[in-house]
Amino acid sequence: MNAPTIEYGELLPMLIVFGAAIIGVLIEAFVPRPPRHLLQVGLALVALIAAFVAVIWLAGTSLVGAAGSVAIDGPALFLQGAILVLAAISVLFFAERRLEGGGDAFAPSASALPGGAAERTLVTAGVLQTEVYPLTMFAIGGMLLFPAANDLLTLFVALEVLSLPLYLLAGMARRRRLLSQEAALKYFLLGAFSSAFFLFGAALIYGFAGSVQLSDIDVALGTRVGQEGLLLAGVGLIAVGLLFKVSAAPFHSWTPDVYQGAPTPVTGFMAACTKVAAFGAMLRIFYVSFGAVSSDWQPMFWAVAVLTMMVGVVVALTQTDVKRMLAYSSIAHAGFILTGMVAADEIGTASVLFYLVVYGFTTVGAFAVITLVRGPAGEATHLAKWAGLGKRSPLVAATFALFLLAFAGIPLTSGFVGKLVVFSAAIDAGAVLLVIVGVVASAIAAFFYIRVIVLMFFTEPAPDGPTVAVPSLWTTVGIGLGVAATIILGIVPGPMLELAQQAATFVR
Amino acid sequence: MNFPWLTTLIVVPLLGAALTALVPRGLELAAKRLALFIAVITAIIALVAAVAFVAEGQPEQFVEQYEWVGSLGVFYAVGANGVSLSLIVLTAVVTPIVLLAMWREAEAERRNPKPFFALVLLLEAMIIGTFAAQDVLLFYVLFEAMLVPMYFLIGLYGGPQRRYAAVKFLLYNLLGGLIMLAAVIGLYVQSVDAGQPSFLLADLVALDVPVDIQRWLFLGFMFAFAIKAPLWPFHTWLPDAAAESTPANAAYLSGVMDKVGTFGMIALVLPLFPDATREFAPVVVVLAVISIVYGALLAVGQTDMKRLIAYTSISHFGFIVLGIFALTSQGVAGSTLYMVNHGLSTVALFVIVGFLIVRRGSRLVADYGGVAQPAPILAGSLLFAGLSGLALPGLATFVSEFLVLVGTYSRYRAAGVVATVGIILAALYILLFYQRTMTGPAREATRDFPDLRRREILVVAPLVALLLAVGFFPKPLLDVIDDGVRPTLVEVGVSDPEPITPTAEGSE
Repeated sequence: MNAPTIEYGELLPMLIVFGAAIIGVLIEAFVPRPPRHLLQVGLALVALIAAFVAVIWLAGTSLVGAAGSVAIDGPALFLQGAILVLAAISVLFFAERRLEGGGDAFAPSASALPGGAAERTLVTAGVLQTEVYPLTMFAIGGMLLFPAANDLLTLFVALEVLSLPLYLLAGMARRRRLLSQEAALKYFLLGAFSSAFFLFGAALIYGFAGSVQLSDIDVALGTRVGQEGLLLAGVGLIAVGLLFKVSAAPFHSWTPDVYQGAPTPVTGFMAACTKVAAFGAMLRIFYVSFGAVSSDWQPMFWAVAVLTMMVGVVVALTQTDVKRMLAYSSIAHAGFILTGMVAADEIGTASVLFYLVVYGFTTVGAFAVITLVRGPAGEATHLAKWAGLGKRSPLVAATFALFLLAFAGIPLTSGFVGKLVVFSAAIDAGAVLLVIVGVVASAIAAFFYIRVIVLMFFTEPAPDGPTVAVPSLWTTVGIGLGVAATIILGIVPGPMLELAQQAATFVR
Repeated sequence: MNFPWLTTLIVVPLLGAALTALVPRGLELAAKRLALFIAVITAIIALVAAVAFVAEGQPEQFVEQYEWVGSLGVFYAVGANGVSLSLIVLTAVVTPIVLLAMWREAEAERRNPKPFFALVLLLEAMIIGTFAAQDVLLFYVLFEAMLVPMYFLIGLYGGPQRRYAAVKFLLYNLLGGLIMLAAVIGLYVQSVDAGQPSFLLADLVALDVPVDIQRWLFLGFMFAFAIKAPLWPFHTWLPDAAAESTPANAAYLSGVMDKVGTFGMIALVLPLFPDATREFAPVVVVLAVISIVYGALLAVGQTDMKRLIAYTSISHFGFIVLGIFALTSQGVAGSTLYMVNHGLSTVALFVIVGFLIVRRGSRLVADYGGVAQPAPILAGSLLFAGLSGLALPGLATFVSEFLVLVGTYSRYRAAGVVATVGIILAALYILLFYQRTMTGPAREATRDFPDLRRREILVVAPLVALLLAVGFFPKPLLDVIDDGVRPTLVEVGVSDPEPITPTAEGSE
């Protein structure tokens, strides 16, 4: 039996990130505590940048490698690049140690009982842990593999590799630990459910097609007649697993709790990168494997998209917590992205790719701003506390307002161009009604984004309002990148759009 | 001559806004002077451009076109015809007047004046950009983006209900804009299907859009413009926004910015959807007539001076829309002239009322009386502005109102007749307003009213001069407008009805 050939060069981005993750574990084991932080952050950033360089070097590649289990093509490389950049920005926010008075956003020991004696000892001793970095790197590795996976088993492995570290990271908040642990447990339980759905769906598809390779499934669609029940059940179950990850309604209920409970830098990382990776995987599986039966699954996505947009925007109206509001907003945005996906053609792919980049930058930036607004009990996430922020610190308020306007899709921000391309793709594919729901949802969404701006700029500050902490260089650079991307992609979206269009062809 | 007049007119106020915003704290006076200086420079450039335009004599001039987002067919394309040029000049001339009217108002309310001056300049750049845009997406982007500065102008500087008014303004206009976005995309997809993706106005006009699609697109565009203009029943945001804004801002809002709506009807709706325009014109005419009468009736009953002027504006916008959808050359030319005249007279009314409010601190008509005795110049200028509002022959609005009525009567006789009721009501609301506030014995509170100061006279004088000049000698302006209007009507495919003369009637 011949050993399969492995295209190491093409897999380089993933190999670099996984390698860095393993080195990170070794650092945790062997390096004394004081230099670990800088070492881990440095390693993570160097690895992410190196992997990004490798992605650029690979640009234009289009092949199926690793014995048919991984596809390195335009969408995979585009999304890997996006994930790497967004992840690097997120790592900058993880590294922030000035806001918590010398601490970071993470619990000194995630296993210590919340409020217990052991925890107090650790906090007073000023112990900081750095195991978040290898965990994050493993999650990033999984995310890189997810949109590139070319068979259902590799998809499942990637899904688990990216999810397991995230379950842990969600439970590591330094403040409000019970909420954080609850979030982690909820995420884990529901995530396990959705993985099971995915796996069951994969099994049914294997039963239908006799293969787990995406291209083989596509071939089987034409030849197996009379087993559509098996196929459709499989498609539905796989869709459940993936829609859970992108937090589309009705599989969204974990999102607000987890986004609220997780440490805010992790929330930003999760909200941006997981969504990019999961939509990438969804695009590949539905376009490559099930592209020939798109008329069967499009109605399902229609319904899910409408429901997701409406649930997201309507429930967001009633939120009083900034993180929960952004969680529902992220649900609504999943709906907008699904609108582009329904197109089921290359214009649709390109629009989704572009939207994901736009959404990712705005999201990591917005969550980072939340870490800056602090009260005595950590971040002041209750909306009432944000009153008059524009008077106290105009720059922070203006930055957040910019991100909100981008979420709302106001022209001259990146969010507008994103909406323009996904809606164009949908109308081009005949989904006019979906777009009308989309614009109505955008109008409703504008209301709650604008409400925060009203609160920040047009109300008098409360006397016991939160202070705006001055962050270190890490966070400043990260937010600066988010702002720059939001403005540049809004005013000169041309190059990025062209890149997305060139990258929109899947290898089969 | 290839000087980029329009780009200059956009860039100069834009740079001015940035520079004004950058003036450090504590130098508010310098910031105000800088902004005023920029606004005056812009006005001078606009006047020089107008002279150059007339000297050249071509109907379409100052065309510039650069690719913006190549892959989508979006261009930075600007150009001017008689219609857009006269509105650009109006904007450029009114802006310094509005800034001067706001000179001390912000300080009186203990608010920082700098953002007001910077935002008005930003708004000026965007408004001029929409008037000049020859690309539908460029128009749309600026049309939507200008909501943001206006929203802050209302919300930061308005009266006690300003937050409510600002949010209402934004949501109404955003909803209109988003519905229009769906229509813009729908139109664009038509060009994609035709094989040449482009947002250029000229390309889209050349498309042969089927009538059933035209209808939907027409409704999408008109929804946004009817909210912006504002036409009954989409008008309810304007009285709130105008009443809660500072008078200078209310002047800018209804005098200049709302013209974008009626301009959009002439420049986009008519040429883009000629068939749908002819079909829907009777409906729009009915709405316009309702606006005329309804606005005037409500103006008669108002107790709040700023709301009163806002309702007169609704009535006047009814005239403008009526003239446009009469689809006769007199009607459309009269409407364009009306936009300019309404801009001048509304700005005059709002700023003079603003001077009253500064003196007495009340917006209610009932709190004034006998002001003419202590302050004759103030009373005289209010009377003058009011008379021009009610279209007294010899003043600017008369010419345009007459043209609109003549243009309407030749096609929609009943509408023309009902619309004349608006003139009678106009006399009622203006003269009653003048009588209640200015005539009679001076009251206790108004006895020591200081007359207009030098700055205030400087604000009013140019408006008075322009109203007189256009009233007595409208020909040069009308000639330029006529040249701009004629191609549009050819595009719609209508010709003026034969004038009804006794002989013609006899021979029928």
